[in-house]
Amino acid sequence: MNRRPSFLIIAGLTLCAGLLLSSVAAAALKIEITQGVEGAVPVAVVPFKWKGPTPRPPEDVSAIVRNDLVRSGRFDPLPAKDLLARPDSDSTIHFPNWRLIGSDYLVVGNVDFLGGDQYRIRFRVYDVFKGQQLDGYRMTVSGKRLRRAAHHASDIIYKLLTGEPGAFNTEIAYVTAQGAGDQRKYTLWVADSDGYNAQALLNSHEPILSPAWSPDGKRLAYASLEDRGHQVVYVQTVATGQRQRVSAHPGLNGAPAWSPDGRRLALSLSKDGNPEIYVLDLASKRLRRLTRHWAIDTEPAWTPDGKAIVFTSDRGGSPQIYRVSLAGGRAERLTFEGGYNARAEVSPDGRQIAMIHRTQGRFRVAVLDLESGELRILTDGMLDESPSFAPNGSMIIYATNSGSHGVLAAVSVDGRVRQRLSVQEGDVREPAWSPFEN
Amino acid sequence: MKFWVKSALAILPALLLLGCGTPGKVQEEGAGGMGQATQQEVGAEQGAMAQGAGSEGGMEGEHMGAESMATEAAPLDPLEDPNSPLATRVIYFDFDKSEIKPEYREVLNAHAEYLATHPDVHVTIEGHADERGTREYNMALGERRANAVKRLLVLQGVADDQIRVISYGEERPVALGHNEEAWALNRRAVIDYER
Repeated sequence: MNRRPSFLIIAGLTLCAGLLLSSVAAAALKIEITQGVEGAVPVAVVPFKWKGPTPRPPEDVSAIVRNDLVRSGRFDPLPAKDLLARPDSDSTIHFPNWRLIGSDYLVVGNVDFLGGDQYRIRFRVYDVFKGQQLDGYRMTVSGKRLRRAAHHASDIIYKLLTGEPGAFNTEIAYVTAQGAGDQRKYTLWVADSDGYNAQALLNSHEPILSPAWSPDGKRLAYASLEDRGHQVVYVQTVATGQRQRVSAHPGLNGAPAWSPDGRRLALSLSKDGNPEIYVLDLASKRLRRLTRHWAIDTEPAWTPDGKAIVFTSDRGGSPQIYRVSLAGGRAERLTFEGGYNARAEVSPDGRQIAMIHRTQGRFRVAVLDLESGELRILTDGMLDESPSFAPNGSMIIYATNSGSHGVLAAVSVDGRVRQRLSVQEGDVREPAWSPFEN
Repeated sequence: MKFWVKSALAILPALLLLGCGTPGKVQEEGAGGMGQATQQEVGAEQGAMAQGAGSEGGMEGEHMGAESMATEAAPLDPLEDPNSPLATRVIYFDFDKSEIKPEYREVLNAHAEYLATHPDVHVTIEGHADERGTREYNMALGERRANAVKRLLVLQGVADDQIRVISYGEERPVALGHNEEAWALNRRAVIDYER
């Protein structure tokens, strides 16, 4: 975490683009684990052996892997100084030594410079007690992709050791707000899931809301008030920055949510006088109205099968979560516990709904199990907002307050692992976890 | 709160006058008593009115006294009168509610009457929510509050196209605390006269 800012300062001076780059550095998310799993699995990640023309590779691949495993809360990697030996993927492993220091698993590897801008990563994962290799992998990448390749390695290791896919090689979009009054500046960012490589996508003096990833991870839909306070929905391509106004009807145009096939956006539009749920076909621009009620209908989210939409409505007198089929028919109320349930998101497996739930005057992230009807409160903040599932369904990222400061936090769906993600200055809010990289 | 808004409105013209003077004069007058400033305030406001907008930038601060105002008597715009109900531009709401409380009827009647009789005047009604709850729901709630104000004005003869409604949801708080006092100030609709 410490290497990045100094690198950026040097780059900034050399390129005379200090302003832009230092804002990137200042906005980098710092991630701390605030609560890990008791009995996290001890694993030894040996620094990968480097072979190349410089003393060090451009990215410390094994350190990235170690940090990812720590961040998951499920693993307890041994400190590098406690390692008795530094084998690589070509070494013979002396398993009894690794058993002695209490490591259940062992990860060894190499990074080789191949010439040009190409690098090869090789690594092996061993079960120390069985004295067996679980698997071995090789990948060739450009220097620019080394960090992503390291996260990909973490995903592979995580899957080998837990049986579930990892979500390290993913990104998060979020919004920061800095400054006061007329000088208040809002920025939409995209960063790697570990907070690195933060890139500003949009700067505005007006609020930016509800960033949502397209299912292919290439575009973001969001609502912006930049047009004299008129809420308008844009779709922006992350790689090029190119954007398109997709909904600018009179009244509110907000809460965009991509259909699983990426062809449609569910929106909340108030052009008829009050907010209703609509589905916009992005290619034909055709709009289809899904709700018809004088109440507020907003914050739509798709079920993974694309057949229904859950949304917030106060048609029953207080905000609650409802579900409506795309085939038509009446909206069915899903939440009955508590006087405020809003901003639902459906888990990737479709079995749970995360939402903001008010309990004793506090607004917290809760998860509703659709089959059992059980509601579990996962967080302990006063004003928690915007829950977003990791694509593997293991964690939920959300916005919370720390002091009077807006920060992001993540909690595992079982409530056992907690992380806090903060920027150095300003408020962070509206996190959205990207889908898996294709 | 109201007292502060009113005093700020009362002092504003005096400040504007001071701003027009030379830097030296500003300092002298700044040291003067409150009574003096109030005297100046009336003269300044009426003087500026009589002279019209064109001479706003003129450096005639010293002549804007009682004599120049006597020559031409233009009616005061009631919008500028700090004692008129029109001076109240902010209406407050209960949590998750958009019903207009009876105490604001008189104020809104005054705005309706003014707008109905000045069809060329336009307002933007900005709806806001406190920070509790979710952002998009609060955008909707802010809009519903602004629409509640608009509906009342339209019912009393204000033309639909005189009023623009926007919502800032919870995005633009005026009070930054995380307590009931701050929240109460943030749950509001603001009538903003465009000029």
